[in-house]
Amino acid sequence: MHNLDLNLTQISKIEGKASCAVKIRSGRVEDVKFSISEYKRFYTQAIRGKDILALPQLTARICGTCSNAHLLCAIKAVEDALGVTPSSQTVLLRKLLNYGLIIRDHALHLYVFVLPDLFEKDSILDFDENNPLEHKFLDAAFKVKAAGNKLGIAVGGRSVHAPFAAVGGFTRLPDPLEISSVRENLTSVRKEITDLIDFFYTNDRSLIRKDLLFSGLIDKEYSFLYGQIHQSSGKVQSEENFGHHLEHVIIPYSHASGYKFRGRIYMVGALARLNLAKDKLHPKTIASVKKYIKIFPSENIYHNNLAQAIEILHAVDSATDLIDKLQIVAEKPVIAPRKEGIGLGVIEAPRGTLYYRLQVDSFGKIKTGQIVVPTGQNQIGIEASIRQYLTDNIAKIKDREDMENSIETIVRAFDPCMSCASHFLKFKYV
Amino acid sequence: MAKKLKVGWFSFSCSEDSTIIFTELLNDHYLEWKNLIDFRSILVMQKKSEIHNLDVAFIEGAITSSEQEEKLKTIRQNSKKLVAVGSCAVIGMPSSQRNLFDEKLNQEIAEILIRFQYSAKVRKVSELVKVDDTVPGCPMNEKVFLDLVNKYLQEFGVSRA
Repeated sequence: MHNLDLNLTQISKIEGKASCAVKIRSGRVEDVKFSISEYKRFYTQAIRGKDILALPQLTARICGTCSNAHLLCAIKAVEDALGVTPSSQTVLLRKLLNYGLIIRDHALHLYVFVLPDLFEKDSILDFDENNPLEHKFLDAAFKVKAAGNKLGIAVGGRSVHAPFAAVGGFTRLPDPLEISSVRENLTSVRKEITDLIDFFYTNDRSLIRKDLLFSGLIDKEYSFLYGQIHQSSGKVQSEENFGHHLEHVIIPYSHASGYKFRGRIYMVGALARLNLAKDKLHPKTIASVKKYIKIFPSENIYHNNLAQAIEILHAVDSATDLIDKLQIVAEKPVIAPRKEGIGLGVIEAPRGTLYYRLQVDSFGKIKTGQIVVPTGQNQIGIEASIRQYLTDNIAKIKDREDMENSIETIVRAFDPCMSCASHFLKFKYV
Repeated sequence: MAKKLKVGWFSFSCSEDSTIIFTELLNDHYLEWKNLIDFRSILVMQKKSEIHNLDVAFIEGAITSSEQEEKLKTIRQNSKKLVAVGSCAVIGMPSSQRNLFDEKLNQEIAEILIRFQYSAKVRKVSELVKVDDTVPGCPMNEKVFLDLVNKYLQEFGVSRA
């Protein structure tokens, strides 16, 4: 390939809109611009002056895919600002709600967005039911997604913008019969998930990135909701300290800002978490995936797909255990006082670390809020990965279509979410 | 080959929550719909996109730029029926929050609006094109959506037999 100007305006099978422009001259990669082309909806401006208790349901609307992650992270930040401690039952239910999200969201990404690439098909809708393998994955896609979706509905009232999850607790508690049925659904999909893990382990591609720092919020039970920030450099730090080291990078051609951590390109998400905490997965999961977790830590960004598949199994096993421990006691949400303060909320959303920092006045109104989403943090790494791939493989790329497909698979491996990434303007501490 | 309903699903400025609800509805309805519906364009599920002679176009999200407005009008011209789906498409909110900003907030976002050629105001779908039906809710109401799909299958003579 000698000279080429590629303008890939709509990358398909991702959440939201992204594009990529490439300039090749005399067989050399001269320029790569990955940009988030989702128009902003200005949530960090819109939340100012709003009542703090209304915030979680409002910012859940930043993203339909990651909605319940925004809800849980915003609730954590609000409770931190107001000094509210939720009950142990509430904590357990929030973990269940989040496991439902992890299962559904990773399953959507792996089965619907990524798997067609490995079958050289455009869409899962094109899978051939007369082909036993394609038929198997087609059935599994809807079965596994449904198991996560139903868990979210049973606990939160809906798997998107869960209406029952609130500051201080849950406004309605789950029906034990529905939870029992959800448990059956969860245990019934283990085989489908281990098949998916094996398929990604055996068939996925390779793109080794030597310069990435991996980062994630880790606790001893791999809960996604609590812990400290661990990094592949060996550094462990508080959630607050993590925020202080984020370096905001304006990317003029992208609707969204990028981030570096103390000057380094870093990656958040399932691959980072597996690299940092594979020993903290549920014991039953570890027993089932011994062969596969040996490859972590990995610098192959495509292993984000395998890591997500393993996390689905972890979420199923963890949720099943929690359901067995759950004895629903009637309780109402803790009443939150209105007071001035600063609240911090950090969780692991399916795609990586999600960070909320809120400043509240004495009437409980939001003065300012900062939100850092996983895709903002991964954006610079996505562009760098595309550039590295093209630079190393330019002689092997057959044509424009081949290049487009390769770029799309790299972007999909990061599982970016543009709806999340594009909503804020500027990260500045209060 | 049996007649199928030619459908497009298009997302503009929104959280794409109704897209997620749609992908979850597929869990229960895929086997039925694969014989009844021809998905001509749905970017979240396929690269292939054909915006021509559609029976029904589902529009999610509000319209925030002239580029989006132009695309919406193209979809309208190429669709027999157009359905606004979810709160942002139907009433504009919450994506049109910036329409309510005061002068201070408007100044804060002005540079971005100019750089990426945003429209002066965010608009709901019916402000720009004729809307045949709506599916309200944030995210969309599943029952209303399913009833509409069934209505259009019947209206366009797509048989379940």
